[in-house]
Amino acid sequence: MTNATSPDTYKTMLEVKGLQTYFKTDAGIVKAVDGISFTLNKGETLGIVGESGSGKSVTNLSIMRLIPSPPGKIVGGEVLFEGKDILKLSEGELRHLRGNDISMIFQDPMTSLNPFLRISTQMIETIRLHQSMSRKEALAKSIEMLKLVGIPAAEERIHNYPHQFSGGMRQRVMIGMALSCEAKILIADEPTTALDVTIQAQILELIQELSKKLDTAVILITHDLGVVAGMCDTVCVMYAGKIVEKAKTDDLYANPSHPYTYGLIQSVPRLDKAHDGKLFSIEGQPPNVIDLPPCCPFHPRCHKAMDICRTKYPPTKDLGNGHEVSCWLFIDEKEHSHE
Amino acid sequence: MSKTTERRPLLEVKDLKQHFPIESGFIMKRQIGAVRAVDGISFSVNEGETLGIVGESGCGKSTTVRSIAQLYKPTSGSVFFDGIDLVNAPREQMLDARKNIQMIFQDPYASLDPRMTVRTIIAEPLEIYRTRGMLDPSITREVIERRVEELMERVGLNRAFKNRYPHEFSGGQRQRIGIARALALNPKIILADEPVSALDVSIQSQILNLLHDLQKELGLTYVFIAHDLAVIEYISTRVAVMYLGKIMELSRSSDLYKNPLHPYTKALLSAAPIPDPVIERKRQRIILTGDVPSPNKERFGCYFYDRCPYKMEKCKTNIPPMKRMDEHHEVACWLYE
Repeated sequence: MTNATSPDTYKTMLEVKGLQTYFKTDAGIVKAVDGISFTLNKGETLGIVGESGSGKSVTNLSIMRLIPSPPGKIVGGEVLFEGKDILKLSEGELRHLRGNDISMIFQDPMTSLNPFLRISTQMIETIRLHQSMSRKEALAKSIEMLKLVGIPAAEERIHNYPHQFSGGMRQRVMIGMALSCEAKILIADEPTTALDVTIQAQILELIQELSKKLDTAVILITHDLGVVAGMCDTVCVMYAGKIVEKAKTDDLYANPSHPYTYGLIQSVPRLDKAHDGKLFSIEGQPPNVIDLPPCCPFHPRCHKAMDICRTKYPPTKDLGNGHEVSCWLFIDEKEHSHE
Repeated sequence: MSKTTERRPLLEVKDLKQHFPIESGFIMKRQIGAVRAVDGISFSVNEGETLGIVGESGCGKSTTVRSIAQLYKPTSGSVFFDGIDLVNAPREQMLDARKNIQMIFQDPYASLDPRMTVRTIIAEPLEIYRTRGMLDPSITREVIERRVEELMERVGLNRAFKNRYPHEFSGGQRQRIGIARALALNPKIILADEPVSALDVSIQSQILNLLHDLQKELGLTYVFIAHDLAVIEYISTRVAVMYLGKIMELSRSSDLYKNPLHPYTKALLSAAPIPDPVIERKRQRIILTGDVPSPNKERFGCYFYDRCPYKMEKCKTNIPPMKRMDEHHEVACWLYE
């Protein structure tokens, strides 16, 4: 998607500033998300990549204020949607925001649909909760949405139960439901992880096509670097609750600057490249995010670690053109003493 | 991977069928149909090579390896290991041959008993065969103990952890435990059922490298299942593409990616994302319509007929046979008749 030509597309939809979400556990405080910032512009697709436990899902649950509390708590930061801070909204205002303005698709389409209710019941409920429509109008709207997401014989299929749909079809229903209230932002949390590649291609194309048609901004959370390459305008790479690198997609793949990003891109086998011998591999395990010391959390696995990495978290450095990286490699001596 | 294929087949699968009955009725149970999970496949695996099996969920890849390991009793067909037909051999003989066939499973959480220590888990295959009296009598408890430690080190686990429980390990480490267990009996073949698909990217490459090293060192033969085409391409010598319980195409891995013949293989390859935005933008995807149909009904035409963009009249009523295109490339499609 490269529609970043008209000035209108640069209108900021969502601004996350220094968001911190902590979980209190018996073992200590888990800093699942620890001070991350990014902006999402109108019509843009933003990718958040990271491995399990890096905090990508918690980021998005925090945006929607869906963090179970206790044990979770958003302890700092701001999430500005069209200038309003979501973190300060009342329950009523929140309910209006969810679904109407920001909507979500989850990874597993089976567990996010109610198996006891027909698709029609669930879709009508969603639509009527957010828009003043009669049941009849809502049903017509639901059928229209199912047609939009490519469900054949939507008029009949809408009265089926979730188990009568295949995985890919269920994910289509979820997307249809998520977009039925014309949300301005769609958050897709690993929308294709549970699906096969051929179905994944269908669903990704659908999300891309709909976001263009309805001018929806998309936040795509994934661990698949291939999916990001094909879908996103901008990418944030997360590691241990922090954004370690942020850049335009092309820039990120052409010049991965953080050693973690570099390692991630290198360690995936590629279809289009001949290979011999071994894959590049990031040694070690992802860190335990409980009571992390104030160092760079990646240093034990980093092939370029220096002394300072073991004692201090690096500041964020702008490499130009919106390419930001948090790594001591890019901070020169003079700046060291400043920090 | 060693790319030599001019060796004798270690494993030969001939017209293997694995159907699961669908029953109805409570007291008077009767069979009303069958799930045709694997519906007549043949292939051979040479010593020291890696045969990759790709396909979407429900295509029968896991069932295939489970039938090879005799975890299911195949409906028909035969599985020859080193000249012995595992399906029809007497149980003793089958068990003895099966020492050489071990499995690695997908889910490193579900495939390790949470109440057993790492030591017990890795030693279990040895203990089982010892109780059966099918191990060399020189293998005593002490030998097994040493073997466990040796295996742990080999797969990159600290031997000091042998009395720990699986929950104390991360996903990648658990997969290493599973690999150590599979190696315990010094097998010739390892059947790996999606061993890396539950792992994070950085851990996935560690495990792939480990499997690669083990193969070189121990001369292992792999049958490797994955749904990720890039992983399959990386690890395999030859690749079989499965759909609805049938093999659609079988070829050397390098040829398959350069020159896919079957429309299904083409669609699969074009759907697999490549981690490079410049290439991704230029790619033309073949988007298949619809989903994989149910494997419950008997088919009289090409199994891929419903979703094929090139279907012809002939495909509806005739099952295409495997046709050999060159020495290493076989395809089941009427387009190449």
